[in-house]
Amino acid sequence: MQRKTFLKTLSAAALAACATGALAQTLEVPFYYPVAVGGPITKVIDGYAEAFNKAHPGVKVTPIYAGTYQETIVKALTAHKSGKPPATSVLLSTDMFTLIDEDAIAPIDDFVKTDADKAWLKGFYPAFMANSQTGGKTWGIPFQRSTVVMYYNKEAFKEAGLDPNKAPANWKELKEAARKLTKKDASGNVTQYGIQIPSTGFAYWMLQTLTTPNDVLLANEAGTKVTFDNPKVIEALDFWVNLAKDGVHPKGVVEWGTTPKDFFEKKAAIIITTTGNLTNVKANAKFDFGVAQIAGNVRKGGSPTGGGNFYIFKKAPKEQQQAAFEFAKWITQPGNAAQWSMDSGYVAVSPAAYDTPALKKYGQEFPPALVARDQLPVSVAEFSTHENQRVTKVLNDAIQAALNGTKTSAQALKDAQREADRILRSYK
Amino acid sequence: MNASPNAGASQRAVHAWLLLLPALALLVAFTHWPAVATLIDSFFSTPRGARPAEWVGLENYAVMVDDPVFWQAVRNNLWFAGATIPLSIGLALLMALWVNERMAGRTLVRMAYFTPTVLPMIAVANIWLFFYTPQYGLLEQFTGALGMPSRNWLGDPSTALACVTVVAVWKEAGFFMIFYLAALQTLNPSLKEAAAIEGASRWYFFRRVQWPLLMPTTLFVLINAVINAFRLVDHIFILTRGGPDNATTLLLYHLYEVGFKFWDTGYAAAITVVLVVVLASVALIQFFVLDKRVHYK
Repeated sequence: MQRKTFLKTLSAAALAACATGALAQTLEVPFYYPVAVGGPITKVIDGYAEAFNKAHPGVKVTPIYAGTYQETIVKALTAHKSGKPPATSVLLSTDMFTLIDEDAIAPIDDFVKTDADKAWLKGFYPAFMANSQTGGKTWGIPFQRSTVVMYYNKEAFKEAGLDPNKAPANWKELKEAARKLTKKDASGNVTQYGIQIPSTGFAYWMLQTLTTPNDVLLANEAGTKVTFDNPKVIEALDFWVNLAKDGVHPKGVVEWGTTPKDFFEKKAAIIITTTGNLTNVKANAKFDFGVAQIAGNVRKGGSPTGGGNFYIFKKAPKEQQQAAFEFAKWITQPGNAAQWSMDSGYVAVSPAAYDTPALKKYGQEFPPALVARDQLPVSVAEFSTHENQRVTKVLNDAIQAALNGTKTSAQALKDAQREADRILRSYK
Repeated sequence: MNASPNAGASQRAVHAWLLLLPALALLVAFTHWPAVATLIDSFFSTPRGARPAEWVGLENYAVMVDDPVFWQAVRNNLWFAGATIPLSIGLALLMALWVNERMAGRTLVRMAYFTPTVLPMIAVANIWLFFYTPQYGLLEQFTGALGMPSRNWLGDPSTALACVTVVAVWKEAGFFMIFYLAALQTLNPSLKEAAAIEGASRWYFFRRVQWPLLMPTTLFVLINAVINAFRLVDHIFILTRGGPDNATTLLLYHLYEVGFKFWDTGYAAAITVVLVVVLASVALIQFFVLDKRVHYK
């Protein structure tokens, strides 16, 4: 009796499942999105997916939160190798060459058909497209992009006799300000460093905030050649190393993750880090702070861009790819891009987004949010080559060796150049 | 009738194999086959996009011999193992002897010692990151109060490896303590009484009675400690990411980077094979050589 009821319920449930399956006929579009921990950002992304699905009946974009950027690319590439990749994923713009080498992604140009599509693709900031195009093709759609900026403690500036409304605009002023901002206690221990540039994880990115103003690029556009041993690159690294030697910058390798906290704790008066920290600094700095563009040297300012692009996976079914393209196009429309910028703190990806009333108003209320945008005309692509992570590691190691004093800047960069040439030899 | 004992025996054998089958299938599918596949992969080049894997013989192993980071990882790992194994075992024994005594608040102390084991390593590493932070980290506040100069513990290649070693010891000692404590509880209390009557000192009693009787536990703990010395790398991801300049790169971390950051799966397979061979031989030596010296009751 009991067993009979059980079987009955089971078959009823199975029937119901079949029925809904047949009725729905929706196209599932798996979408990997990198987020290290849950929280507000997953709700925002869920909200976008829901709004898109409502506007596009028959399509169901399903965000799958896959961990950090690194964990996400591991999952996406493993899925690709097993033949079942997601339709789309947000991954680092610098992973473009890796994804091309693995034959994992489809060029965006394949989907751009109408004039409206073409106009949309032209609408992005050129600085962001630099990391999304190579060999005449577009491989990524800019989405959550950032640049590097300088955060400074206005109160510390006042105490040191500096103008709190005028950030150091070039290396000379920067060094001078750092010297004045460095405070020591009676026994000679530093209690506040003038400047801090983190050197774990993203050391190459931070080096780019020095090489870009020094008017030199670290790699060619095709991602097959690096220029680590260029004298201008050596000069840029030397500038960084000398800040530490002069005692106005912490010695050794500085942790990326604790740098904002060092700023809040007034252990560093100026920090150089991603615009992605803006919301964090706004919420946690208990003093008046300023945000400024990267200081210039040979040329005026200049920062690398950073952050993530949409990629469309080659082995996904055609209709999934098309739906993923529609989703990426929809989410980067000016209105949505502006909303996303305000929700997340990332730079909006097109000038049109900054012309929307919502973002205009936000910029007037909170001008630091516009610094990253104003910096875009002088921004360059984030360092990226074939065998990207391997070459990047070589450069990171060289920077750390120079900062630790185990090698001179010139020696470290020459060694790195030789090693990078060896890794890239088959791509020439 | 005559055939029945034989038939019974073979039936029992079939029965036994059937019972073993689920475990065997899992073991073959998830342990033995991947190990063999890894060995095969290590003789092939890494497939990239349109380029399929090709037989390259020992090339991946030649790359390994030429790879300075690999050798640095080997050196680092030997230091790491050389420090974590004796320190965590010694500390575990000391703590076990201490909480085995009758004293007030014994449960609380036991729990405190065991807590690090329960916490996930990633969470632990995040806590320690702030211990080691220059200037206002816990360690700095302490050394600063003593008037010592400020240090960048994790950012300096001369101290970074020691720092990650300390975290591993702290994490492991509590776990090993539990095994020692369990072993100590099974020792016959009359031994202690007899030793007391004979007037043996505490040290003598430990050296001649407790330590020999704890040998089976020590062997077990030692094998675990050796394996963990090559396996425990979670905290590296948070604390140093192998830096500065590879000063804290351990073998497994290097393997992860080669396999899942550089996507050089052929070379990663070669490193895996070496790691497996080394660990397996260490375990075998421990089983066959040390086992003979262990005194079982």
